[in-house]
Amino acid sequence: MAHSNWKRGLTALGIAGVTAVVLAGCTGGGGDSADGGEVTITVALAANPQMQTAESLIGDFEEKNPGINVEFTVLPENELRPAVTKDVSTNAGQYDVAMIGSYEVPIWADRGWIIPLDEYASADTEWDEADLLEPIKNIVSDGDGTLVAAPFYGSSSFLFYRKDLAEAAGVTLSETPTWDEVRAAAEAMDDDANNVSGICMRGLPGWGQNLAAITTVINTFGGQWFNEDWETELTMPETEEGVQFYVDLLRDFGQPDAAAAGWEGCLQSFSQGQSAMWYDDTVFAGSAIDSAATPEIADNIAFTMAPTGPSDLASGWLWSWGLGITKSSQNPDAAWKFISWATSKDYIQLAGQEAGWDSIPPGSRKSTYEIPEYLEAASRYADLTIKSIEAANPLQPTVNPVPYTGVQYVQIPEFVEIGDYVSQQLAGAISGSQTVSEALEASQTFTSDVIKESGYGQ
Amino acid sequence: MSQTALASTDEVTEVVAIDPTAPPPMSRAEKWRRRGPLLPALVFTLLLTQIPFLMTIIFSFSRWRLLTDGEAQFNWGANYVNVVTDGTFWRSVINTVVMTGGTTIACLLIGLLMAIFLNHAFPGRGFARTLAITPFFVMPVAATLFWKSAMFDPSFGLFGFIARSLGLPQVAWLSEYPMAALIILLTWRFVPFALLILIAGLQSAPQDQLEAAQVDGANVFLRFRHVTLPHLRPFIELAALLLAMNLIQTFGEIALLTAGGPAYATTNITYYIYLTAFQSFDFGFASALGVVSLILTIALILPMLRLLSGIFKTEGRA
Repeated sequence: MAHSNWKRGLTALGIAGVTAVVLAGCTGGGGDSADGGEVTITVALAANPQMQTAESLIGDFEEKNPGINVEFTVLPENELRPAVTKDVSTNAGQYDVAMIGSYEVPIWADRGWIIPLDEYASADTEWDEADLLEPIKNIVSDGDGTLVAAPFYGSSSFLFYRKDLAEAAGVTLSETPTWDEVRAAAEAMDDDANNVSGICMRGLPGWGQNLAAITTVINTFGGQWFNEDWETELTMPETEEGVQFYVDLLRDFGQPDAAAAGWEGCLQSFSQGQSAMWYDDTVFAGSAIDSAATPEIADNIAFTMAPTGPSDLASGWLWSWGLGITKSSQNPDAAWKFISWATSKDYIQLAGQEAGWDSIPPGSRKSTYEIPEYLEAASRYADLTIKSIEAANPLQPTVNPVPYTGVQYVQIPEFVEIGDYVSQQLAGAISGSQTVSEALEASQTFTSDVIKESGYGQ
Repeated sequence: MSQTALASTDEVTEVVAIDPTAPPPMSRAEKWRRRGPLLPALVFTLLLTQIPFLMTIIFSFSRWRLLTDGEAQFNWGANYVNVVTDGTFWRSVINTVVMTGGTTIACLLIGLLMAIFLNHAFPGRGFARTLAITPFFVMPVAATLFWKSAMFDPSFGLFGFIARSLGLPQVAWLSEYPMAALIILLTWRFVPFALLILIAGLQSAPQDQLEAAQVDGANVFLRFRHVTLPHLRPFIELAALLLAMNLIQTFGEIALLTAGGPAYATTNITYYIYLTAFQSFDFGFASALGVVSLILTIALILPMLRLLSGIFKTEGRA
């Protein structure tokens, strides 16, 4: 009895072993074939609406490129980042194509985690590199200006508002308002009785959440993160004024529970008619109109450029989600074919026809803004999107000269750590659990320590 | 288990061996023949659980930031010094204790009340029981998103609506009382768990003793205090331990509701490790955080386990 158990165990073990070997053989055989045979590439995408459209249209790519199979890993933005970072930094080779934000692109290129695309791009004339919008092309290139990711979409920030509510309150907003005008408008449109807040802005902690919006305001008030010697400037008067303005505006006329609302919360609040204005990314313009609760709200959504502050500096941010080829990719050629397809003019046409013109990836190509169908569908925001993208200047984001680039972020690897800490402190100021100066003093100490430890300015 | 414990089991085996109905004693070889096939599984489990732990300890002694440094470098335990001197870490420890303790106590109190209520026969009891247990089976993410917009949101939410109807000021739960909001949500989710254990305890309450007490003239309160509660004690302890073990790892609710904020007010240890490892990509520091919090957790849980070991020894002390 005991003996037969023993035997059975051994047999099972043997079968398991053989199965494992066979399986390993299969995947090995299928995965690494280069020419002629079937090739499978794995693509990691953020689960934003435009990327989900791309996933649904992949049949078109596979038809045009027989022999290349595409597998998608679609993750929420803040899960995609760690998953892909882990993969490329350890050279694990899970993904051939990775979607990377413009903040990461130069850092990853510097580490050699993604490969330059200039040769692919110049060989692929149909892809038409010259058609890319210049500012967007710059932020997905490395320090030397070599293209390392192909922009899937590009965006800036601007102000959403409700025309009907503005008219009812007797305010008019120009195409380029100042923050003071916006504050006055928020005061006029704030309507507690009807549950409408004057404005909605990001309050949720996270360097990609509240800090992105706050940093653009700091810039327009003449503040900055660091001076030319890499000394932290979070407590300089201009920086503090900017933060104080943002916090006051949010506390006085912002959405309730502001410290817990990110762009998701504001999109919901604005499209449901619970906010009269909203300062956020240009890429959400189509979504806001699409998801409006009533046709009345949808028809009355209007836009202005990002408000400016005392310094008279353009304050819209600049962002792009780009597609890059990881250095561990076994099939870089097939990977480029996919990237070329997903970021091409043809793809934008296809997405417009198949999924609707609100679902196309905007802000990456000049030619997009010559498509009559798109211009008609996006008549309210297409023009302002382009203007905002062109107005943003990541090379000189502040009034004073600074040693860093990036409008709503500081282009250094340490910024994620610093940004998360500072955004938490500022969320504390927004919720009222501490004052702005307390939040900024804690942030100043933390940031200086990290910067000193990392050896900047020495 | 100590030497004496092992010795006593051997004695038991010998005593049992005299019993004619017991199976004959096994030889050493026979014992190994029976264990043998299990060994691969045991080795596999050990490798799977202990190698990551060893790696964590190794990483915790290195400076390893994915974005800034290339390779991991040994840094003489600097991470541990940073952990101990890090104010945010101690804040997250306090938050963990408040969140876990507060929710466990609230779950036990509410669960006990509901269990007593649902243990009585009344029309529709089956339906009421099903309803009471449902929250535990709702997917955590769905439940959290539901609470975020349908309950806590001052404009859309039920709490805001009730406050407005009563003419009370609206409360921005997630901004002003984020910890209270989290404890409310977690309590809602875990009360059914406490309820299930406590109702099982109530159903096995000694009916003969309760009847005898009633005959002797003890009122409801006295019967509960002196008969039911002592019987329930091991059930309450077990529920408390299992709840605490579950709650100490709370993550999804925090990520979705408050992102740990504002100002780290709702960052527990688990979420803080996530922030350092997967937002800042500082794996060395995160590993050290993990090791330190493991030590702290063991220090907290051990006394509870010792208290509970009574359950397994005496099978209920009633």
